[in-house]
Amino acid sequence: MKTMLKNKNTRTNLLTYLVVIVAFVVMQVLNSQGMLGSSMKGYLVPICVYISLAVSLNLLVGVCGELSLGHAGFMGIGAFSGIVIAALLKDTIANDALRLVCAMFGGGILAGFVGFVIGVPVLRLRGDYLAIVTLAFGEIMKNIVGNTYAGIDDTGFHMAVSTSKMKLEAGGKYIINGPLGATGVEKLASFTMGFLLVLFTLFVVLNLINSKEGRAIKAVRDNRIAAESVGINVTAFRMKAFVVSAFLAGMAGALFGLNYSSITATKFNFNTSINILVFVVLGGMGNILGSVISATLLYVLPEALRSLEDYRMILYAVVLIVVMLCTWSPKVKEVLSVVTDKASRIFKRKEAGTNE
Amino acid sequence: MQILQYLINGISIGSVYAIIALGYTMVYGIAKMLNFAHGDVIMVGAYISFCVTNYLGLPSFVSVLAAVAVCTVLGIVIEGLAYKPLRGTPSLAVLITAIGVSYFLQNAAQLIWSSSPKNFTSVVTMDPIVLMDGKLVITGEVLLTVAACIVVMVGLTLFTSKTRTGKAMRAVSEDRDAAQLMGINVNRTISTTFAIGSALAAVAGVLLCSTVPTLMPTTGSMPGIRAFTAAVFGGIGSIPGAMLGGILLGIIETFSKAYLSTQFSDAIVFSVLIIILLVKPAGLLGKQIQEKV
Amino acid sequence: MKKFVALLLACLMVAAMFAGCGASEPEETQAAANNSGETQAAAADGSAPAIKIGLTGPLTGGTSEYGLAVRGGMEIAVAEINAKGGLQIDFKAEDDEADGSDKAVSAYNTLKDWGMQIFAGAVTTGSSLAIAAEAANDQIFMLTPSASAVDVAMTGSNIYQMCFTDPNQGASAAELMSQKWPDATIGVIYDSSDAYSSGIVDGFLTKAEELGLNVAVDDAAFTADNKSDLSTQVTQCKDAGCDLVFLPFYYTEASQVLTYANTVGYAPTFFGCDGMDGILNVEGFDASLAEGLVLMTPFDANATDDATVSFVTQFKENNDGKVPNQFAADGYDVIYALYNACVAAGIDGNTPAEEACAMLQEQFATMTFDGLTGKSMTWDENGMISKAPAAVVVTDGVYVPMD
Repeated sequence: MKTMLKNKNTRTNLLTYLVVIVAFVVMQVLNSQGMLGSSMKGYLVPICVYISLAVSLNLLVGVCGELSLGHAGFMGIGAFSGIVIAALLKDTIANDALRLVCAMFGGGILAGFVGFVIGVPVLRLRGDYLAIVTLAFGEIMKNIVGNTYAGIDDTGFHMAVSTSKMKLEAGGKYIINGPLGATGVEKLASFTMGFLLVLFTLFVVLNLINSKEGRAIKAVRDNRIAAESVGINVTAFRMKAFVVSAFLAGMAGALFGLNYSSITATKFNFNTSINILVFVVLGGMGNILGSVISATLLYVLPEALRSLEDYRMILYAVVLIVVMLCTWSPKVKEVLSVVTDKASRIFKRKEAGTNE
Repeated sequence: MQILQYLINGISIGSVYAIIALGYTMVYGIAKMLNFAHGDVIMVGAYISFCVTNYLGLPSFVSVLAAVAVCTVLGIVIEGLAYKPLRGTPSLAVLITAIGVSYFLQNAAQLIWSSSPKNFTSVVTMDPIVLMDGKLVITGEVLLTVAACIVVMVGLTLFTSKTRTGKAMRAVSEDRDAAQLMGINVNRTISTTFAIGSALAAVAGVLLCSTVPTLMPTTGSMPGIRAFTAAVFGGIGSIPGAMLGGILLGIIETFSKAYLSTQFSDAIVFSVLIIILLVKPAGLLGKQIQEKV
Repeated sequence: MKKFVALLLACLMVAAMFAGCGASEPEETQAAANNSGETQAAAADGSAPAIKIGLTGPLTGGTSEYGLAVRGGMEIAVAEINAKGGLQIDFKAEDDEADGSDKAVSAYNTLKDWGMQIFAGAVTTGSSLAIAAEAANDQIFMLTPSASAVDVAMTGSNIYQMCFTDPNQGASAAELMSQKWPDATIGVIYDSSDAYSSGIVDGFLTKAEELGLNVAVDDAAFTADNKSDLSTQVTQCKDAGCDLVFLPFYYTEASQVLTYANTVGYAPTFFGCDGMDGILNVEGFDASLAEGLVLMTPFDANATDDATVSFVTQFKENNDGKVPNQFAADGYDVIYALYNACVAAGIDGNTPAEEACAMLQEQFATMTFDGLTGKSMTWDENGMISKAPAAVVVTDGVYVPMD
């Protein structure tokens, strides 16, 4: 039984990688044949970003069972720090891809660090209180970044929180310009990098889930007190998942920020956090492949509904409700048992029953 | 005297948060779900009241009654169609459905009433009380909203502690399965909760728009999130907590704008919230429930 | 096993979706090609095919008011031009949700796939900044009706604006104040989370310092998240004894300020910018509260010249009696400016976008345009507009030009 379960895990993981790789190859081939329109090409990088965000949030929400409503805040930290890093390294590193990787890791590390600093006090809270604190964190980030001015000139890098305090020498250039956000960003992102980011995210998250620590994390989710009583250091594991999740979100944010020539802090608001959460819940809590698929489908859905013009967002809402009812309602749930955690447990029990 | 005026301003917006938070906390306490569509039900209530006053020319108390009636029905319909089928599933699933409902209501409102803002006519006709040569002004809206908050708070507390339905609600809130075993119709109790919550939302909508006259399809969403914050602040599920949380949030917001920084007031408000939650993890008046092993 | 099969099915579904999308895309492009073919066929009576002009703007969500107004104005201009015969316009608007990154670029890309030759957007500054870089890269001519940040026009040589830039408008406001109210104590309330509002304030404060104006309150800011309560900011101005309050933001919030100020009996002179236009037509707004309001608007819906009257009549007819604001008028002007330039340069539906872009840049460098939002408008080498700033005073519920 144990080896079989292990095999199944490996199989699912391999399948996840396979799906992502096949999708990448298919898109690359289509692209090289010139079969992709501008809009389709435009979706590729954001889809990769949202997949990474959904997978990293799934680590927190699905695997750890912690509701976070501030994931976009980490994404925003990654985006803005990534943009600043890319701009600062412009003269040092000539290779765009390398600079992008540096920016992504830099954004990720900063987001992970902020995640750590916040996590120390905040992870004492649970459930809806953690949710509200993460929401608050997202709003604080948005407010601060939206009033930050950063720029470089001959004397170096400058940063301030108001225009009057920000004095750049002649020839200096603003990188972040308060409410206008980052403008004139050099677009470094590419689909290949997005694909690598998705692979990296999957690698980190899947390894963490299937490691000894991952099992401890799941034990903490299912029964914290029981887990504590067998000597699992609950806080340390929650912290680890929180920081990893923030780190990956920061990387994704940096890629996102460097894919557009401008970006404002308002992008990283409550709605974006909620959207990522929708991807996770629809894809199935703890189901990584599910997150990959639902992030892709739900990102493209509102775009595909463009022909409906003014009615498209209302239809998106209807689709969202209907899909939620279909996948979660107890009646339909048995049919689509794979997507729910609970159902899979029932299923496992059945399987164990037949084995006996 | 300045400080008193800011205090009044803070209570003014805070009492609006409080009355929205009362609806949030009521639904959360009993149905154990974060109803993110609550803010949008508020918006619908305000629109109904606006239409009844401006298009039908009826007096404002009729418009409030109409808004309450429409929102109650709307609440029951939403609950029946979107939330009831998900009874017993993890609360996150219902949360996402609530977000779907929220998107739906906002977009439906845009199609029905267009996105142009409307200026809500206050239901209060009373002249503001001017004290100390105009240095201190108390508007009728503040008095009405605070009064409404207190009435609703006392009413809800009495309702949940004295009536049969109210007691059933508390039982469902404590332990759903046990309540069912005791012969309480859990589904009906939760539906009733939504009906009451939505009726409160209609009242909140009218009071919100009397204080802040701009009425748009997105009017409810930001105050909705603020009120949710306030509800958690006061201890979610606690009725007096929602009232306290709302008013304190309003006062903190106003004072941080007035004395610290207008630009960073959002950051300040939310930082205070985080600090308070760290000191009192269940909110100001929330019960710290000891987990059973 | 069942789980594995189901996952495999899910995998197949994704593959099918990608393949489906990939495959459907060329079909769409083909369809677009067919469409233009049809238009060509339809126009076989000797005239050229219709020229494709696209717009992106918020058509849903909190700021859709502005996007829908611009679209409404543009549709009227397109209908008028197409009714005239001669050069025809094919117009399409896409929703960018006022987003400053992916959604805006998606909306723009959708228009590109449709075969757009000239871009007449975007409505909001954030979206325009994201799109301007794309348009500069693609060499598609862009004339934005209402994105007023300096950075928009500076993104590329092919990016033009129909509205004043923000600092420019702020500076004009300061000049006007120094002429009319040199001794006033001035208070400024603004939206620090909005590029338009902060841009105007920056320009205003710089100029005000230069002119020696007495600005007593310059930090009464609010953000998009806490704008439901503006009473504190009004109180700050009141306490500082301001007798002139500058409100450089949209009329949605301005009506709140005016209502609150009236409730507490505070009556300074309020001074607004072009975003304030439309305040008198907010449904349910008591116009008497705006009495004496000064605002700098290029457009007056009550003007009696023929062009304005016919535009306003048509707009009301199309939009359930709604009175157009300056967003609609800017949209209308954008289409006519583009139309005039296209006619002068001989651009039609067959001209590739890059060529049209170069030809339009030449035209805009020299042309003078008379529209609803100003007379004898010209553009400088950066693509910024130069037109006379106009200020009006609300008197008895209508705009009266300020002398």
